Amino acid sequence: MSIRKNIVFSDPIISNNPITRQVLGICSALAVTVKVDSAIVMAFALTFVLVGSNAIISMLRKKIPSNVRIIVQLTIIATLVIMTDQLLKAFLFDISKQLSVFVGLIITNCIVMGRAEAFAMQNSPKDSLLDGLGNGIGYGAVLIIVAVIREFLGSGSILNVTLLPASMYVENGGWYVNNGLMLLAPGAFIVLGLLIWVQRTVTNYTEE
Amino acid sequence: MSKKPNPFLFIGILTITSSLLLSLAATQLKSYQDYNVDVDKKKNVLKCIGLDVSVLSSENIINEYNSRISEIITDKDGNNIESVSFSDLTLKENKMTGESMFIFESKKYLPIFKSSSPEATIIPISGKGLWSTLFGYFALDNDFNTVKGITFYQHSETPGLGGEVDKDWFQNNFVGKKIKDDEGNLVSIKVVKGKSGDNIHGVDGITGATITSRGLTDFLLRDLKRYIPFFNKQMDRIN
Repeated sequence: MSIRKNIVFSDPIISNNPITRQVLGICSALAVTVKVDSAIVMAFALTFVLVGSNAIISMLRKKIPSNVRIIVQLTIIATLVIMTDQLLKAFLFDISKQLSVFVGLIITNCIVMGRAEAFAMQNSPKDSLLDGLGNGIGYGAVLIIVAVIREFLGSGSILNVTLLPASMYVENGGWYVNNGLMLLAPGAFIVLGLLIWVQRTVTNYTEE
Repeated sequence: MSKKPNPFLFIGILTITSSLLLSLAATQLKSYQDYNVDVDKKKNVLKCIGLDVSVLSSENIINEYNSRISEIITDKDGNNIESVSFSDLTLKENKMTGESMFIFESKKYLPIFKSSSPEATIIPISGKGLWSTLFGYFALDNDFNTVKGITFYQHSETPGLGGEVDKDWFQNNFVGKKIKDDEGNLVSIKVVKGKSGDNIHGVDGITGATITSRGLTDFLLRDLKRYIPFFNKQMDRIN
């Protein structure tokens, strides 16, 4: 991979992460991170849509009339999202029920529209594909980190496997109670806030 | 710079292509989706009577369902109708009230699920919440008074607020409550604000979901009323 391609792909994963740096796609990051399994599926769904929409829009970029470009982008994104939703309903029914409206809401996810308008409209399909993949992985990584923390503190498990011994819990004579806050949206805000802090300290980034 | 096509033409072609793709996907995946929906309904019937369904695979759910549950069809007076089977019925929703109507040859019937182990009677319930119609099941013990369980398999309420109706903490609230008062009159179960305490006809409400809770209270009473003739007939037979 050339240096430029490398940057296009790796930049959004850490230093220009769509969630922790650009603070986009927060709505779904709060909503689907109660359990790790739904976060993983959501990460895959968004990456699929992002890669697909970036590639298609980039291929058509010289043909898309500029006065209707947002409509064109939205149509392509919506088609991919509905397709993903249908596939989930057919093959991963339980998780699709858990994700409920949030798969459909990928249409309005700022990351997808943002990358289409800011990157895919100006760059080659290959670069756009890599950019989509990089952003998808960056989004997915944050989602999964938040979900691991929330599921562990909120339910005492990861991927539905209970990690804490039952004797530790108050109802069995122990001292521990699951942190209910982590199951609610405010818990995600706190975890996400801490994550943004860590990420910005590490990359030495300050908002102007 | 290459010449751009006419916007109308471009949008036209794009729309037709994407609608073709989507209708292709929808028709190809329909049979898988229908199977999943069917399994999900059966799963909820089983969950309603207190079975742990989270560990069962799709095939196991169908097997368990077939071995434990028998489907009974009755008319509105509570008489068994042998000539109609459950698969004949089509579910139509009353769009105003969210009431489920089970129709065969333009006549209304009421389906009932009888479980042999543990013994229970399960009825379908449905009605309006805040944004959507909720569909679920409600199970009663053999005394046709004590609640065995409640589940919801379909709704579009706000996740975290009204959407909590499909969570265990809310559904477990119902278990052991009574739908009749001491004189045997139907009072149903009310979703109360805050904690229900010792109220045997009430369950803890959901914070931030007043309208969903009120809707649930209303349609539970309405749907139970529909089945009272059947319950009374069954009670007479036992006594």
